[in-house]
Amino acid sequence: MKMKYRSVFDIIGPVMIGPSSSHTAGAARIGLVARQMFRRSPSRAVFHLYGSFAKTYRGHGTDAALLGGVLGFDTSDERIRTSRQEADKEGLQYEFIEEDEVSLHPNTVMIELSEGEETMTLEGISIGGGKVDITKWNGFDLHLSGNHPALLIVHEDRYGAVAAVADILADAEVNIGQMQVSRKEKGKEALMVIEVDQNVSAGLIQKMEQVPQCRQVTKIHE
Amino acid sequence: MFRNAEELVQKAEKEGIPISEVMILQEMEAQNKTRESVMEQMERNLSVMERAVERGILDTVQSVTGLTGGDGKKLHEYRMIREPLSGDTMLDAAAKAMAVNEVNAAMGTICATPTAGASGVVPGTLFAVKEKLNPDREAMIRFLFVSGAFGFVVANNAVISGAAGGCQAEVGSAAGMASAAIVEMAGGTPRQSAQAMAMTLKNMLGLVCDPVAGLVEVPCVKRNAGGTAQALLAADMALAGIESRIPCDEVIDAMYRIGQNMPTSLRETGEGGLAATPTGRRWKEELFGAGNGVR
Repeated sequence: MKMKYRSVFDIIGPVMIGPSSSHTAGAARIGLVARQMFRRSPSRAVFHLYGSFAKTYRGHGTDAALLGGVLGFDTSDERIRTSRQEADKEGLQYEFIEEDEVSLHPNTVMIELSEGEETMTLEGISIGGGKVDITKWNGFDLHLSGNHPALLIVHEDRYGAVAAVADILADAEVNIGQMQVSRKEKGKEALMVIEVDQNVSAGLIQKMEQVPQCRQVTKIHE
Repeated sequence: MFRNAEELVQKAEKEGIPISEVMILQEMEAQNKTRESVMEQMERNLSVMERAVERGILDTVQSVTGLTGGDGKKLHEYRMIREPLSGDTMLDAAAKAMAVNEVNAAMGTICATPTAGASGVVPGTLFAVKEKLNPDREAMIRFLFVSGAFGFVVANNAVISGAAGGCQAEVGSAAGMASAAIVEMAGGTPRQSAQAMAMTLKNMLGLVCDPVAGLVEVPCVKRNAGGTAQALLAADMALAGIESRIPCDEVIDAMYRIGQNMPTSLRETGEGGLAATPTGRRWKEELFGAGNGVR
């Protein structure tokens, strides 16, 4: 049996701004993970809403929460209530699009963030009680809870990349909690997702970026 | 790690410890944390609940839409002027549960248990039973660990969101969690906690999620009140030695399968049930204008 929930605080928690754990707190978390994975302040954010998200987002403050997350607010941050004004203040343009398509999960959002030439797409689902699963990132399939520090490494799909990264972590005595590898097409680009038990220093990130096969290293933390 | 209610109860029985202790030990082990840090984190959640209860019964809370607010306070004041027919503890729990859910609807700060839509049930029963049993702070924190243990079982074997399983998965789960925790606080056995969970959830099977205009307001606030009544009733039944003929884990599985068979219109989309009544539709139109979405 795969245990979706591993902590009692997934059940008794999170402390959050109402009114909905899946539509408000979960949405804020997906937005926040998107912001961390984009690694900079976006100037534009487009949110594609599916299923129940599309039908009920206004009443649940899903829009305010997604936007708040992208602005870097956590689930209990009271600025979520006024995130549209906060976005205007920061010069962040935003758009919410209600999609008719049927998604696999009723609470699904696809987020596009951009800043100048840089763009990123991310798909996340809110599975209940404020818990989320990031299911797509820039065309790669993955599963990421956003609850643990994690590394996302885009690399060339050839031998040695995984071993090189694992060696760097082992030398620094960083324990790997979970690891996934996925690719869009054999021999092209691949993605390593590594959940770690502790935060990874900037120095280690630099070392990984110097591995010849690695193209981009992104870190997210609690 | 316990995977279901039976394993949870057996662990408690074998070690001769309460359900709350099984949950605390598992959390320490799984998250690699000390007892102090785990207890402190739960204490913070308890404080958030306490503030939400107080705010909701003392202030007149109002949601942005004006659909909900002030009913928890009304029920609290009614208790002061006359002897409630359904019993003081039950009505106290209902008032406090409504209070928390009204604070939630007003975009106030709450602790999800297991969700925001069902966030009134656990604190409502806890702070009502507190008046009767006078627990110390640690016993109140343990109440939340028992709730969490049973919620953990439901979340991992079924679902806890209205969108996936209807209201039975939200208020139903919360009521079952609360019921199990009341039993431990009142001195019942781990097995009686599981019986209370099973009997509560049985009485809430099939409950759909049909919020008016898709908002966590109508009927959520009053369903939280209803959840506390079920929780207290089943706790008393379990303490009296009554047993569920269907084991707890099978009830949870039944809840999951019922949820899967529920049409989408009755799973938090705001399209069926009470949301589709003439009055429900009128509210939606008044709040968001005509059209298919809520825009």
